[in-house]
Amino acid sequence: MIEAQAPTPAQGADQRLQSHLQEILNWHFSEETGCPFWLDWKQASGWDPREEIQSVADLVKFDHFQDEWLRDEKNERFVPKGFGKRPFNIFETGGTTGLPKQRIGWDDYKHDYEQFSGTLDEASFPRGGNWLMVGPTGPRRLRLAIEHLANFRGGSCYFVDLDPRWVKKVIQRGDIDQVERYQRHVIDQAVELLKHRDISCLFTTPKLLESLAERVSIPGRGIRGVFCGGTTMTPQMVRFLVEEVCENETRFVPTYGNTLMGLAASKPVTKEEGYSITYYAPQPRATLRIVNPEATEETRDYGEYGRVELTTLTKEFFMPRFLERDEAIRRKPCELYPWDGVGDVRPFGAMEKKVIEGVY
Amino acid sequence: MSVPEIPVLRIGAQGEAYESLEVQSIQSIGNKGEAVKVHFANSGLVKRDMLDLKAARKALRRIPCRELLGMVKEAGERFLHDTLPLGLHDEQSPDDYVRQLSATSGLPVALVRRNMGRLKIVFDEVETILQGLSRGITPGALDQGYGQQNGLPVSFVPSTDALAVILPSNSPAVNALWIPSIAMQIPVILKPGREEPWTPWRIIQAMIASGVPKEAFGFYPTDHEGSNAIIRRVGRVMLFGDDRTVAKHAGDPRVEVHGTGRSKVLFGQDQIDDWEKHLGLLEESVSANSGRSCINASTIVVPRHADALAEALAQRLLAMEPKALDDESARLSGFANPRFGEAISGMVDEGLKAPGARDVSVALRSTPRLIERDHMTYLQPTVVRCDSLDHPLANTEFLFPYCAVVELPQEQMLEQIGPSLVVTALTEDREWIDDLLAYPAISRLNIGPHATCHISWDQPHEGNLFEFLFERRTVAFANA
Repeated sequence: MIEAQAPTPAQGADQRLQSHLQEILNWHFSEETGCPFWLDWKQASGWDPREEIQSVADLVKFDHFQDEWLRDEKNERFVPKGFGKRPFNIFETGGTTGLPKQRIGWDDYKHDYEQFSGTLDEASFPRGGNWLMVGPTGPRRLRLAIEHLANFRGGSCYFVDLDPRWVKKVIQRGDIDQVERYQRHVIDQAVELLKHRDISCLFTTPKLLESLAERVSIPGRGIRGVFCGGTTMTPQMVRFLVEEVCENETRFVPTYGNTLMGLAASKPVTKEEGYSITYYAPQPRATLRIVNPEATEETRDYGEYGRVELTTLTKEFFMPRFLERDEAIRRKPCELYPWDGVGDVRPFGAMEKKVIEGVY
Repeated sequence: MSVPEIPVLRIGAQGEAYESLEVQSIQSIGNKGEAVKVHFANSGLVKRDMLDLKAARKALRRIPCRELLGMVKEAGERFLHDTLPLGLHDEQSPDDYVRQLSATSGLPVALVRRNMGRLKIVFDEVETILQGLSRGITPGALDQGYGQQNGLPVSFVPSTDALAVILPSNSPAVNALWIPSIAMQIPVILKPGREEPWTPWRIIQAMIASGVPKEAFGFYPTDHEGSNAIIRRVGRVMLFGDDRTVAKHAGDPRVEVHGTGRSKVLFGQDQIDDWEKHLGLLEESVSANSGRSCINASTIVVPRHADALAEALAQRLLAMEPKALDDESARLSGFANPRFGEAISGMVDEGLKAPGARDVSVALRSTPRLIERDHMTYLQPTVVRCDSLDHPLANTEFLFPYCAVVELPQEQMLEQIGPSLVVTALTEDREWIDDLLAYPAISRLNIGPHATCHISWDQPHEGNLFEFLFERRTVAFANA
């Protein structure tokens, strides 16, 4: 008798992703459950992904998803028939002028953040503890997501809003005084909340966290865990945030995410690994691939920089091969997340765009 | 020898070398490998350190001003002669310094040595400088905050806890500007230029070796955002830039911008017929320090003989050719980043397209203005004969030995020259001298044959450092 060998964690993850992929393709490309956008696409393209995509590797048969579609197409065209008449949430990405890109959704953000909740340690993000979110709220998915995370863990969430579109405009105008005044206005509100309410967990962006720590001691104010994201962080920035802003006391958890993907958790950052951050997509609901920017069907080798390509695979939203505006190092799977990771994320082309410095 | 690693030095209580995870590699010119690794401070760290500068000032205040003057003077000897710590693991002899700075900046070793000599004078003369800038304050008056000056009671209060300096890469001698600050008990925060961490680092080490507390020094190689954090958060800031930088900070009393100098030599009606006698002075004014200073003359204004003078000056400057960096006779600096040389030469060419200007040098030389040598670009000295001061190539300056020669009646000169950092006026005409003395847009006026780059250390250079760092106030003691 031949004994069946248990699959390795990596094999298990692959199998889960494989069967999830088939389920999602069946959902989005069947006439009963799919959305008008993808059903029309199927007809126009002349091929049926349910038949031709047999594995994750086959996803390269899709062209890159164009994010303009999320602005130019009506949102209703992305409603899978399977969701019937159930009203949807509308979440917006960036945008400074004109109509911003929108993604619709129902429960994905809850699933994503419940899954993410499982990665948070209980001592740093205590059950029942209240949260404070300082960052972009408004039409962003993040606002509901953080509140859901707090509620899911038994706490409530306080908010201080920040309008990044306004900040971008002011920066473009070169009015640094205004930027600083606005930042102070945001931080003032956060400081007041921290002084007068019991708050033990914080979500904010790296820059706002730095500013907040100039006014109050983060652990001194009772913050036990900081969940931080929104912009890229170099290892030196992470080190500074861990050692000096969080005073080596408050737990610092960086994340990488956006409205289109959800959020990628990071392997715990350590001094031993040089504070380098490696993020892992919330597989199987989304996958990240590091590709050769010149030939995006090629996956980079481990340890190499390449452009980040995202595929989102949920019943609410199917988005194959979207090229993020970031680049990162392809990293190996780890024990916690047995699939490829993306390391040291930075804006795409950051190195080439660096202007030659010099002072006259 | 291993590649030196220069860390961040955090000002104040920390005072320790900080090894960043972000390290920038500076290459030696000519693909000769890595010259130095420079640790970069992230902007958050910079902002945090600028929050409280009191500890740094306190450390300096503990030492009487008189003692600090001695330490600074001693530091000059050490800067010139001692082997000093270099970065995290290495040491640096004076010869190492000369070689290393030359290899990353494109300054010939002979010019680096000359700059060392200029800096040494500042160390040596620091007491004279303090006396000159403060108009004779006794060092004790700074220690106790009040005293007597010329028999009158005075009290000075510092306007800042530290002086920040955003340094350029193109000339080590600019470090002369901040050295006296230490003797005035004001700590310094230095952001070095990308290719020139060497000089500020070495001066700091010389000062520490002479007894100045290390808490008084901040050394922050950083990016644009970090520089901005320094500029916005420190009470007094010196920075170097062009007219746009000057305009950006106009009206901000915290920021002193060292911009374009538009320094000039003016010939009086009474001296112009002897112009040939002054060719040496003109050559020095235009070309000293490879023409890279704001105190180099960039325009010469004469009532007549402009063509002949321009030609003769261009002829003299022909000898200033690109040579090997270690050639002791080299006087012309190269551009470590070849694109800088190309861009500047392009600006001159663009200017020559406007009618009314002629490149006098190019006609005398067999080689073009822009040439390549040893993986660098060099701009050879250029004299341009312009029809008027309004021409785009007149009353402007470039980062190489360059000058425009313009003919203008003496009585129109002061109406047209505009703001000028240095003016050397060659005249003995008493009436015109009175006009020059009364003309407010000249910062430094030399009457008679002084090269524009001649410096009097007991008088303000570009702004008065003492008045920048201290304000006078009234103080009265009821029981005195």
